[in-house]
Amino acid sequence: MADQPTATERFVQGILPENPVYRQLLGLCATLAVTNGMKPALTMAVCVAFVLVCANVVISLIRNLLKPHLRIVVFTLTIATFVTVADRVLAAYMFQMSKTLGPYIPLIIVNCLIICRCEVCASKQNVVIAAADALGQSIGFGLALASIAAIREILGTGMLMGFRVLPSFWPDWVIMVLPPGAFITLGLLLGLVNYIDFKREQTRN
Amino acid sequence: MSNTNRQIDSAMSPEDRPGRKPPFIHVAPSPHISDSRAGTRRMMVDVILGLSPAIAVSLYLFRFYALKQLIVCVAACLAAEYLFARMRGKYFTLKDCSAMVTGIILGLSMPGSAPWFVGALASVVGIGIGKIIFGGVGMNIFNPAMVGRAFVMIAFAQLMGAGAYENVTGLVDAVSGATPLSALKFNGVQTGIAPLFMGVTNGSVGEVSAIACILGGLYLIYRKTASWQIPASILITVALIAAITDIAGGYQGLFLLHHLFAGALMFGAFFIATDPVTSPLTAKGKMIFGVGTGCLIMVIRLFSGYPEGVMFAVLIMNAMTPLINRWTIPQPMGQREV
Repeated sequence: MADQPTATERFVQGILPENPVYRQLLGLCATLAVTNGMKPALTMAVCVAFVLVCANVVISLIRNLLKPHLRIVVFTLTIATFVTVADRVLAAYMFQMSKTLGPYIPLIIVNCLIICRCEVCASKQNVVIAAADALGQSIGFGLALASIAAIREILGTGMLMGFRVLPSFWPDWVIMVLPPGAFITLGLLLGLVNYIDFKREQTRN
Repeated sequence: MSNTNRQIDSAMSPEDRPGRKPPFIHVAPSPHISDSRAGTRRMMVDVILGLSPAIAVSLYLFRFYALKQLIVCVAACLAAEYLFARMRGKYFTLKDCSAMVTGIILGLSMPGSAPWFVGALASVVGIGIGKIIFGGVGMNIFNPAMVGRAFVMIAFAQLMGAGAYENVTGLVDAVSGATPLSALKFNGVQTGIAPLFMGVTNGSVGEVSAIACILGGLYLIYRKTASWQIPASILITVALIAAITDIAGGYQGLFLLHHLFAGALMFGAFFIATDPVTSPLTAKGKMIFGVGTGCLIMVIRLFSGYPEGVMFAVLIMNAMTPLINRWTIPQPMGQREV
């Protein structure tokens, strides 16, 4: 077997080189749904980070007990536990945000990013590596969400986090905070990331 | 061996027989272009000629408003085409006039009162996201002009919706009332059929005159730049559905004629839906495309919140075009279905 990446490498890989949204195209449902504003996007990123880190650590601790044919069930149950915790905490302390995000917090259970990291990393590595991997991926996911949300909120409402950043004569592009805007923004940003990658590849050769 | 080859070569070479050209067989994959005049540029010039009656009516009716929309949209489309083609490192496609046609159609489909940035943004989105991203002229799935218009229609609902046509305190009488379809839908007011046919009503700058669109459209069909199947099947389908509604409601034919001549139906049927890139290839497919577009137009007009549905109907049927093409692959002659 080839050299396994160390904990630090996994942490760094998750942020940009293997960014969950732009490089692995994981968790796109949540990405498209909650990025119409910076606040819901950041809340979602924090919730996903909490669930991902906790799930990765727990799966990594019990990895030697897992039976191959039952592992997906165990992953899902573990993830669902932490999603419920996040959902209830949000409903208790940030009621308005919980209303805004609606079903998308419970839907973190089916966010493929989390089950992917459990399957690929946590079920095979020790706790430190699994936690570092989860942290890196969470930061990458948060950055991706924030970048899309920033573009959509600024163009769609002229504001960022509730503060006006564009002059008041800016005509709000309402479409950007609606679902079509999510697809257009994500598509263009993916193209941009691929273009940058392509250029870097070219200069390296 | 080599000696004989050289002999054959010399026998075939033109130096040996002065005054006679060597036999020349051009080998190329089909389709073979039999008419050297056929080409994108000729088709696009035809479309511009076909649009000229509608342009003339719009300039006469809306004056400065129409001129502004046309100039903004054409200039922005040409600039966007140049810019995006540069970015992709492609050769410039400005010469084939397709961007200019997109700009004119977009300009004619704008409400006269829309501010300049609406037309400019629609052009950039239409050319950039609607066309160049898919690979440029001939490769796009959706009609670029309608992609741009749909984008600004949703982005600037107040500037593009039914209200945008009414609140103009302009010099021209025509632009101060509700559009005929809005008046019918929201206030139950019928506009006279003769004004609708001649075009002295309110609406998007290029769509108001049914007669101008029909004249231009017939020219396109005569030149075979546009196929007759698409406009014919759209108009027949719309007429059929409107006739059923007419009889059921007892409007004595007014409802039918109103739906035929009001709004963007004529403009869309002749100039937008017939875009050869985004419509099916076969005659049968074009009929299916037209019937689908006609049905969707009437569904949106009668049952949705929008007074007019040509744009969305054409876009939805554009998405169906690859399926229709696959469905109507012609059987080669002599081949039986097994």
